[in-house]
Amino acid sequence: MSSLVRTIGLYKRYTSGEASICAVSDVSFSVEQGEFVAIRGRSGSGKSTLMHLLGLLERPDSGHYALLGREVADLSEDARALIRNHEIGFVFQWPALLPRASALENVELPLIYAGIGGAKRRRKAKEALERVGLCERMYHWPNQLSGGQQQRVAIARAIVNTPALVLADEPTGSLDSITGNEILSLFEKLQQIGRTIVVVTHAPDVAERAGRQITLHDGRIVGDHFEPDKFAP
Amino acid sequence: MSLLESLTIAVRSLCVNKLRSALTALGIIVGVAAVVCMISVGAGAQADVAEKIRTLGANLLVVMPGAQSSGGARLEAGTQATLTEEDASAIRRELNDVLVAAPLLAHSAHIVARGKNWATNVAGVTTDYLIAREWRLSSGRPFTESELEIGNKVAIVGSVIVKELFDGAPSLGETIRIGNVPFTIIAVLENKGEGVAGRSQDDVVFIPLSAGKSRVLGAVRGHTREALDFIAVKVSDPVAIPEVKGQLEALLRQRHRLRSDAASDFRIENPMDVLATRQRATQTLHYLLIAVASVSLIVGGISIMNIMLVSVTERTREIGLRMAVGARRRDIRRQFLIEAMTLGAAGGVIGALIGAAAAAIIAWEAAWPVLISPWALLLACGFAGGVGVFSGLYPAYRASQLDPIVALRFE
Repeated sequence: MSSLVRTIGLYKRYTSGEASICAVSDVSFSVEQGEFVAIRGRSGSGKSTLMHLLGLLERPDSGHYALLGREVADLSEDARALIRNHEIGFVFQWPALLPRASALENVELPLIYAGIGGAKRRRKAKEALERVGLCERMYHWPNQLSGGQQQRVAIARAIVNTPALVLADEPTGSLDSITGNEILSLFEKLQQIGRTIVVVTHAPDVAERAGRQITLHDGRIVGDHFEPDKFAP
Repeated sequence: MSLLESLTIAVRSLCVNKLRSALTALGIIVGVAAVVCMISVGAGAQADVAEKIRTLGANLLVVMPGAQSSGGARLEAGTQATLTEEDASAIRRELNDVLVAAPLLAHSAHIVARGKNWATNVAGVTTDYLIAREWRLSSGRPFTESELEIGNKVAIVGSVIVKELFDGAPSLGETIRIGNVPFTIIAVLENKGEGVAGRSQDDVVFIPLSAGKSRVLGAVRGHTREALDFIAVKVSDPVAIPEVKGQLEALLRQRHRLRSDAASDFRIENPMDVLATRQRATQTLHYLLIAVASVSLIVGGISIMNIMLVSVTERTREIGLRMAVGARRRDIRRQFLIEAMTLGAAGGVIGALIGAAAAAIIAWEAAWPVLISPWALLLACGFAGGVGVFSGLYPAYRASQLDPIVALRFE
């Protein structure tokens, strides 16, 4: 069985003016179905760029990236949008909700672009909100929700289309430690039902919640620490 | 994503900034309102002119006495300088393409019947005049040859007279007094409505020309009792009108013994020309106003483009987010295009309603003929939507070309 995520020799270089920075350099690793992986590193280590590459928001300069056994590095824009829509769920540091839409409508957003309409869309969105424990607040607007609740809405949005991979970029970065803990517990729960989660963070305590920690430094993988007892479906 | 869904999203994001959206649409609203109002008034005027042409009678030339008060012509007044019944007979006799040449002698007079009185136009005519004007009788009979010859005291009245003096009751055989002379009503004219001059044509009493000369109008006019007010000449073929006009001119100059260097003591008018000239004048004015309104539409389009560009910048993060969850570039483009179109079309609908209301007020207050066509309204709304789409093209393109990562990081 092929890995869910498999990268071989990924490179991404940014050029601004004369300076050229290698954000991701020769990154090769794989993630199996059902893993909870933390990619850690200091700011500037290239972890966000790696997440953007994994999330098909950016193309690598060179290297291979196979998602669900399919090479995706060279796909067209529209094909990448389709994969983002069906196979990838994003959670950002800031909740990234549409301010003038209810929690339910925010969760429905990926389904709109998936072409799922009407009652089915509503039902799936409600299920996702139920899973993050926000069912009773689905008609609230983002500004009526706390930071943690907003982030849970964002997680519901990330999982609503049952993607193969959930990518989270500093998901607890704008939250206090207690709320952050709740969010991380939520990720653990998602992992238990078989979701694959990759969290990008600079915080060791966050990374330690994951079953596997990949450490980046200057765009290279310098550590891949695996705790078997945490990899437990 | 269905069109309805896109529309819903567009309406919702426009509602976020209600005042801004309203102000943005204002240019379109003003432009469309002005265009719709102008088109309605213009179409009304056009229909009105067409109706007047219809009631005038086709292929008509009108010969009128010249400006007798101007310079030396004054000396000749009452001798050769006026049109006479003989002129009319000569026109009919000598010109080939003339069907009838109807003399008319008119004067305003007070008429009395059943104790009511009414100031109206009394005209001495022959049957030819009704033929020239293609004017039918709604009841009664035309003048007989002998009545015309002798000058019997019989009258054919317009519908306004029946309404004012007889309360609309059948009035054949009734007597009306014109001045002090009693006349018997023998017929009522069909309705003609408003004439070229804008007055009702049905406010009229026709009596035999000979009766008019001897009993009513002649007495008022004194020594110029032979002078006609005009001769209505009906030409058999519209193509022949210019030719007949020339022949008329020559014939009358000859009959009036005018030297070749003297000015004519009569005028020949084609009422169609008058209408056409007036129509051209109003049309020019309408085109001008529509041009001004179009400028307003263009300004409206520019303001939509401007605000859409602002909106794209403001919603950079939203665009990035939508792209992250799977929106394709064309989805983003469509979202902003539909938003711009909605803005334009909404402005168009509001503008069309205001324009139609303004046209209705004009019709009511100024009593202008106004024709509000639903097609004009639809066209205006559609055009406004088109302006919206056109103005939205560039902002939508800009939005769709955003890099999702840059857009997501945008503060």
